[in-house]
Amino acid sequence: MESPEQIRDRILVRFPGAEITVVTNPGLSAQHSLLLSPPLRLSAAPSSFSSHARAIAEFLRDDPTLQLDQCSNVTGIDWPEKEIVETTKVSTPDPANPAGPPKVVEQKTKRFQPGYLEVVYHLYSIAQRHGPVILRLRTGNRTDQASVPSLTPVWRSCEFQEREVFDLFGVKFDGHPDLRRILMWDEFKDHPMRRDYVEPDDYEWEPTPHGTVLEKAKAHYPSPPAVATPPAANAP
Amino acid sequence: MTNPGTFSIPAAHDVRSGHSSLDISHSSFPPQAGGSHVRQVHDSFHGDLLEVSMGPHHPSTHGVFRMIVTLDGETIVKLKPVFGYLHRNHEKLGETVTYLGSMPYTDRLDYLSSMTNNWAYALAVEKLAGQAVPERAEYVRVILAELTRLLNHTCLAGFLMQDCGCSGTPLMYAFREREYILDLFESLSGSRMMCNYQRFGGCRVDPSADWLAGAQKLTDRYGAFLDEFETLLTGNEIIMARTQGVGKLSPALAISAGVTGPMLRACGVNYDLRKVDAYGVYPRFDFRVPLGDHGDVYDRYMIRVLEMRESIKILQQALAGLPAGPIMDPKAKLRSFRPKAGEAYGRIEGPKGEIGFYLLSDGSPNPYRYRIRPPSFINLTILEDMCLGHTVADAVIILGSVDIVLGEVDR
Repeated sequence: MESPEQIRDRILVRFPGAEITVVTNPGLSAQHSLLLSPPLRLSAAPSSFSSHARAIAEFLRDDPTLQLDQCSNVTGIDWPEKEIVETTKVSTPDPANPAGPPKVVEQKTKRFQPGYLEVVYHLYSIAQRHGPVILRLRTGNRTDQASVPSLTPVWRSCEFQEREVFDLFGVKFDGHPDLRRILMWDEFKDHPMRRDYVEPDDYEWEPTPHGTVLEKAKAHYPSPPAVATPPAANAP
Repeated sequence: MTNPGTFSIPAAHDVRSGHSSLDISHSSFPPQAGGSHVRQVHDSFHGDLLEVSMGPHHPSTHGVFRMIVTLDGETIVKLKPVFGYLHRNHEKLGETVTYLGSMPYTDRLDYLSSMTNNWAYALAVEKLAGQAVPERAEYVRVILAELTRLLNHTCLAGFLMQDCGCSGTPLMYAFREREYILDLFESLSGSRMMCNYQRFGGCRVDPSADWLAGAQKLTDRYGAFLDEFETLLTGNEIIMARTQGVGKLSPALAISAGVTGPMLRACGVNYDLRKVDAYGVYPRFDFRVPLGDHGDVYDRYMIRVLEMRESIKILQQALAGLPAGPIMDPKAKLRSFRPKAGEAYGRIEGPKGEIGFYLLSDGSPNPYRYRIRPPSFINLTILEDMCLGHTVADAVIILGSVDIVLGEVDR
């Protein structure tokens, strides 16, 4: 099978201006992936990225050498905001001794890496019996721009799996025919697979509550009125 | 009876109609020559669609599964599956425990085939950590996976016949054989269904000579059971009439919808991960991949019976060629197991289809992301396409032929 770099180059020949980068997998499995981002020249409207991403996906599916006709696995990954502290060594001329050797000062810079949600597609070819080609899509952020193009029109197998990613991670798929919750109930509010999801601490329905749960649930109920205990009859 | 003459029962009373034939005079259908008549059809409902919620407590749904079926008469015009009743966010649980800690949880996914779930998970972690597996363990894994396939397919055939309406007998025959296999699993792992047997870099315990003799005995006589089972069912005229041409699936749609396993091969697509990925020691064994022709319910039943025959062949070869040696890689690390940062997707051919695990490691003892590719969940994607135009009774056997286990669908 072609390497991810070769696939990227062929996509770039076919779709000039496409933003495709190879994400190297540092692990031992050596399953590298292709990250598809919205091209710079396209407008910011999500629909234009949708048709662009779908055209690339159709190319991957229909290309005679690749023929990635099966999208086996779709999954989401949550990458929350991260504070990264970088230490750099800066050499400045010593003010006390300008002619002498420069003074090396360690500078710590803090930067925030913005969070995003990632959707990973594992593509295989049944006709050519090769794979996987791993395709990644990223959302702009984790709140108001949490949407990626849906690939359900290209591979039908994405239908339920994208619904699952929507349900558990909160990624909106543009162009999905039936985007509803699938595993959680419809009235559920949050997305439980996000890293910062906080489980509810009101477990009054739990049949056999254990110590920590009861402790947490106490916050939701007024404390019982104090009952004066009668002194024991035969107290010494 | 004030006027017995009016209400006397005439000779040509039609029992089936449930009415006295005196009513005929008011009907628009005149009495037939033979004395019987057709009751007038009350057709004011014609054209109205009826929405029926099948499940979640319906015995034919194999668990807590619901189908919202829209019916035109008895014909299905729309079907929406609803699930999640068994959802416990298994993947989140996997992120909160260590890699080895998830192994017992994988038993609870598809609780009919815990050995293959264990293997798929162990394979993905071994891919992630670059862990080697000794040869004896690979053989034992193949033996257990093929026993699981026998178990699962036997049960499925029994359940499918139950769904068709052959109440009892085929299912009990299937369950009798299943118990023999579960006895083997219990004596090896300590548990009938929740085996928790595979480890990263091998298997937990070494099968004894007695156990291997038991497995050999079961393998030798399983063919005779299949003959008996097939005599009862495969050529059965009623089953053929009931299942042939029902729930047809085209190969193109099956591939696009990610259908895997016996369902895909019943459509005639030659794709078996034991051949394609050649994981484990499968390339050493001589077996064929049975393929269907029509992609209907009967083909899916037949594929499973044929796959069981191939499994027996693999079992014979694996039991004969089982090498001596360690069952665990001596370098395998069980405590403080931390794979290098990276990701891996490992998959095997489970009895229900491609079961895969996607693991993302950040170098800590817990996986950063733990994802299961559940075959029966993805095989349900095209349930509606298969059921449209059929009757409710057909939807029951189509669902039965998909072979779902809700522990895996809902996770």
